[in-house]
Amino acid sequence: MHGPSFVYPNDVHVAWSIMIVLYPYITGLVAGAFVVSALYHVFHDHKLKPVARLALVTALCFCSCATVPLLLHLHHPERALNIMITPHQTSAMAGFGFIYSLYMLLLIVEVWLLYRPEIVEGAANAVGLKGFIFRILALGSRQITPGSQKADEWLIGVLAIIGIPAACVLHGYVGFLFGGVKANPWWSTALLPVIFLISAILSGIAALLLLYLVLCWAKKITPDADCVRSLCKYLWMSLVAAVSLELLELLHLAYEAGAEWDVLRELLTGRLAVSYGLIQVAIGSVIPFLLLPVAFRTERYAALRTFLGTVSGILILIQVFAMRWNVVIGGQMFSKSFRGFVYYNLTLDGREGLIAAIVVLTLPLLALFAASRLLPLIGDAEPHRPPEDLCKSMPLDVCTSHQ
Amino acid sequence: MNKSHDSAGASGCGSRPATSGLNILNQGTPCSGGGSCGGVSCGGEQRSKADSRRQFLSRATSMVFGSFALTLLPMESPETAAETPLPAPLNGGAVPAPPAASAAKPVLYGFLVDTEKCIGSGKCLSACRTENHVPDGYSRTWVERYVHFKDGTVQVDLVPETGYHESKLPIVDAALVDKAYFVPKLCNQCVDAPCNQVCPVHASFTSPEGVELIDTDHCIGCGYCVQACPYGMRYINPETNSADKCTWCYHRITKNQEPACVEACPVGARVFGRLDDPESELSKRLGATRTQVLKEHLGTHPKLHYVGLSKEVV
Ligand code: SF4
Ligand code: SF4
Repeated sequence: MHGPSFVYPNDVHVAWSIMIVLYPYITGLVAGAFVVSALYHVFHDHKLKPVARLALVTALCFCSCATVPLLLHLHHPERALNIMITPHQTSAMAGFGFIYSLYMLLLIVEVWLLYRPEIVEGAANAVGLKGFIFRILALGSRQITPGSQKADEWLIGVLAIIGIPAACVLHGYVGFLFGGVKANPWWSTALLPVIFLISAILSGIAALLLLYLVLCWAKKITPDADCVRSLCKYLWMSLVAAVSLELLELLHLAYEAGAEWDVLRELLTGRLAVSYGLIQVAIGSVIPFLLLPVAFRTERYAALRTFLGTVSGILILIQVFAMRWNVVIGGQMFSKSFRGFVYYNLTLDGREGLIAAIVVLTLPLLALFAASRLLPLIGDAEPHRPPEDLCKSMPLDVCTSHQ
Repeated sequence: MNKSHDSAGASGCGSRPATSGLNILNQGTPCSGGGSCGGVSCGGEQRSKADSRRQFLSRATSMVFGSFALTLLPMESPETAAETPLPAPLNGGAVPAPPAASAAKPVLYGFLVDTEKCIGSGKCLSACRTENHVPDGYSRTWVERYVHFKDGTVQVDLVPETGYHESKLPIVDAALVDKAYFVPKLCNQCVDAPCNQVCPVHASFTSPEGVELIDTDHCIGCGYCVQACPYGMRYINPETNSADKCTWCYHRITKNQEPACVEACPVGARVFGRLDDPESELSKRLGATRTQVLKEHLGTHPKLHYVGLSKEVV
């Protein structure tokens, strides 16, 4: 920019707040967690078995809360259903309601099928509130036969296969919401949906790794070494892919140095210097990049592996949040006059304040906690499969599949 | 000059286009003073809540079917409505389009800003604020002052509503300056309006005259259109919690009045008129003058044209 700054008068009001940062963050965790479950159910990576169920339940819990930040953001939340009643065919956003609903439905069905043996058993044996909930969840299903179990397994596999492109659409689409805004050079790129998708997978794996380690710690179980190493390996691979794409995008902008590069360069070296340079790149990317190989290559030192996995997981979750922040808020920190910058004022209170944001992030964890009271989330806690012959003779068969 | 709220309210509003096969707004229905304007952002008025609920329910039912019908029927979309062929001057030709072939030919409005005439009086700004009840801190139109210094730097400031001469804008030493001029900004009423394209609920729509309007009773306040407008024209109105922007005073122009800013300009720097009428002053000026549009590379095809723009103006 040459000369003093100038901001279009309406640009001083930052239209999209931290809630719009949380929305892609939460859907990213959903997509990422689902991909991990698919690695087990579709690609049969058996090392991930201990987290296969946790992955799906995590996806469901986060997905069920994904609309909360959007509703808090909408200035007319009471009209939210207009998006499905009168969808505008040319709008990228109009597809949200349909894509989201279908994905949510898929998750609910898959989780239900996955836990049907436990639900049926609970409906028959559990008492009190727990029994009541199980009886509702059972939907009249009272028996698990080897035949129905086989059908369930087949259906889970099919849903997992459908779920992979669905997860990609769900999150690639979120990236497209930003990538399709030609008015904003920081957003307008065909790479953005891909970047969003890969970093979604990254955040999902990191969240699962942390949740698994926390659950093991809470249940006083030793984390499965192969599973942790495998997760760390996938985490490192997606970190490399995500960061490469992010840097490639930046390099492309800088190398082409189009008309708007001046303002973007100033943005990156000024207002986003800490959240991009320090948090997203240095702390959130470089440190886990160095730590994770140690974690997945260590065969003996379990405590070290757990420690490095935990630190990397936390840093990567921060990295992905910073990336969402830098895209959503960063993209609004310069005026469309390309001659000046604006501030985003994050308040503590209010519908779109920091406290509300923390509550929104806590909701899926509460849902997960509630789910853990009802159902076994991690592999080690699964009930043992009774021997085959006993299975056949039982009136109420509780033979659990090995998923 | 500066119209009161009541006079603004007493205007007819445009209808939503036939996309969903529905007449969403009360086209031509006079709004009671200070009352409803069909929920369209064309005077800042809102329908009553009861009205709004009733209309929403009937609209919701019809729209479910309407949107399904859309996928089946080859109906005219707002985009195609807005894509009415422009007269020759706007298509690069030098000769105005021939007279309208028939009375049924749609009206198409256009706008010209002559930056060589603008003196930065700010009269248009206060006229707009009064006419459209624009909340403080938001603008439907503004005037920028560009100062090109001899050292190559360009300084841009915002002219206050009191006008440049009453303002506290820094006085620049003329010896250091190459050139200086004022640039009024308002909605470009883009033919391919990104604000309309991105609206998920079709609350942003194109009037039959090619004016981009907002159904404030239907807007969910997502702010996507605010992001999509490359010209910073849109904002979420804190009073209606819906998107808002300049409508070229749709409630006035459909009654053969000029937009408030045009009427208020003491030097005729703002010219409003009909693009479909080759005899209008606008068509003649566009035919005789070399004009430019803002951010042409974005392909929005503005119907707002400028005389005397410099490349530094964005
Ligand atoms: S200038 Fe902005 S608000 Fe006006 S029509 Fe174009 S994109 Fe829409
Ligand atoms: S704020 Fe209103 S007009 Fe703008 S895109 Fe959202 S729903 Fe449409």
